[in-house]
Amino acid sequence: MLAYAVKRIGLGLLILVLVMVAMYAAVFLVPGDPATVALGPRATPELKRLLIERMGLDQPVWWQIVEFFRNALTGNLGYDVWSNRPVSALVMEALPNTLILGLTALAVALLIGVPLGCLSVMRRGTLADAVIGVLSVGVIAVPSFVVAIYSLLVFAVTLRWLPAIGAGEAGDIVSQAKALVMPAAAIALGWIGYIARMVRASMMEVMGEPHIRTARSFGLPEWKIVSKYALRIAIIPTISLVAVGLGSILSSAVFVEAVFARPGIGKLITDAVNTRNYPVVMGTVLIMTAIYVSITIAADLLIARLDPRVRDVFRG
Amino acid sequence: MSGSLAASDLSVRYETPHGAVHALRHVDIEAHPGEVIGIVGESGCGKSTLVTALANLLPANARIEGSICYNGVDLAKLDADRQRLLRGDEIALVSQDPMTAFNPVLTIGDQLVDFQHHRKDLGRAQKRSRIAAMLDRVGIADAERRMDCYPHELSGGMRQRVAIAAALLTDPGLLIADEPTTALDVTMEAQIIHLLRELRREYNGIIIVVSHHLGVIAELCDRVYVMYAGEVVEGGEVDAIFHDARHPYTQALLACDPARFHERLERLPTIPGTPPNLTLPPSGCVYAPRCDRAFAPCVSVAPPLVKLSTSHVARCHAVTP
Repeated sequence: MLAYAVKRIGLGLLILVLVMVAMYAAVFLVPGDPATVALGPRATPELKRLLIERMGLDQPVWWQIVEFFRNALTGNLGYDVWSNRPVSALVMEALPNTLILGLTALAVALLIGVPLGCLSVMRRGTLADAVIGVLSVGVIAVPSFVVAIYSLLVFAVTLRWLPAIGAGEAGDIVSQAKALVMPAAAIALGWIGYIARMVRASMMEVMGEPHIRTARSFGLPEWKIVSKYALRIAIIPTISLVAVGLGSILSSAVFVEAVFARPGIGKLITDAVNTRNYPVVMGTVLIMTAIYVSITIAADLLIARLDPRVRDVFRG
Repeated sequence: MSGSLAASDLSVRYETPHGAVHALRHVDIEAHPGEVIGIVGESGCGKSTLVTALANLLPANARIEGSICYNGVDLAKLDADRQRLLRGDEIALVSQDPMTAFNPVLTIGDQLVDFQHHRKDLGRAQKRSRIAAMLDRVGIADAERRMDCYPHELSGGMRQRVAIAAALLTDPGLLIADEPTTALDVTMEAQIIHLLRELRREYNGIIIVVSHHLGVIAELCDRVYVMYAGEVVEGGEVDAIFHDARHPYTQALLACDPARFHERLERLPTIPGTPPNLTLPPSGCVYAPRCDRAFAPCVSVAPPLVKLSTSHVARCHAVTP
């Protein structure tokens, strides 16, 4: 198990390096240098040279990458071209909002999607199963920004139950929670459908296995067979799906944060790309990749924890 | 608590998109406490359908007719919930393949604790000590430690012992072992048969052993039912069946058992032909197309169940008491 964890973490670090190399290659290939964009067309050559030196753009690209990682290890992700504030501070301000949004959405999706999938299996072939199936496909088909805009119109504009924009007052949990409801629901809705379908499909397969017949032959109640004997096996593909899907959850956070004018990584990175604020783009991408890679590793380790057969394959 | 079991005129058909498959037709069997009943027949003869019906585990597309009386109650008429409450309490099934019979992601101990769910009077610790004692009883060394193993960490023979222990833990009046040794190698098979022989001395309920292996049946059972194409073609005491078989199918089956040859043969004998298609069962005797003693009425008239002695019966036109 330990050897497996070390291997997965090593692979994760390699992915981080490759992503950053690709990012630098992209910056290198884009026409126009960042200093000119930052300073505008009428800047003096001296000023431009000064900024280029400060940003390290006169160095070879590979050296820039080495420097970036060396600085990143000490917590320094560079400085915002416009405000000169450290990128790490900007990311740390925005990150909690996005993480809370993404994790709340995911938790809601799992808490509703998994039981719906189980219910579908227990009532297979009935009206309830059919309704869950149709609704699942329906909510998957609706993009999250559409849900965001319509819920904004209904709950914020017409009914005035929930705040339309922002992330709530600092320090006021109730107002923060209220501000979270619509953005989280907008992201979670489609995932409820995905997860319900995934759980249903893999559980139907597990329910046909002989050990389920054994559990039935001992008269165990159906809910217990589904929730304990089948779910522990059927949940494994769902964990992989959710881990990979977290990337798409975070990218749909970009749209949803834009609709609700909610401060977060999505807003930070779109603004930075629009203004060619490269240090901010680099720093944010590094942090997001690191989060994404850690979640994938965590999911793999969780699967190994749930399935003793996987655990044994990697033992020793 | 244990009572008698009697299936009368039991028929089971599976509804499929290609028509109904009449897997079991007009079967009569009976069993009394303390008896070991063998059910023998080739693949597809309906023996698994029969025991699955006895254990109330038929799939949703199965339609059942006739009655299964256990302890004076007709199991076929109980609702699903009452049937479930009998399983794992009065009726226990030792399943066919020990390799896949247990949940791969839960420990043996965890599953065997759950299987005792009818014993509301026992706590988890008491259930675990019962498991340890029973695993020890079925010949598993170091039972305390084995309980915390996952199924894939045990050998096939050990898993079959665990499966038997699981069934015995529920203290059932009716214990059904469906092909208990088919998935095992010969050495393991001998050990499991030895274990079952020992158990039958201490056990007061009914044991039903299903097998296509004549040797297993001969060693374990008091009475035997021979099945062919969904029907019981002959039934009787184990001695009567093995030494005085009357139905042509039973005789042919015995003639094909390699264990009964005295010398090595170049070719193994077989029964010519194939069993009938059970979507359209024949109107006469099911065995007539393969029978070397068939005559005119065999093809068109269903043979009667001929009583040969107090317990020996055969369904054939050609036998006489």
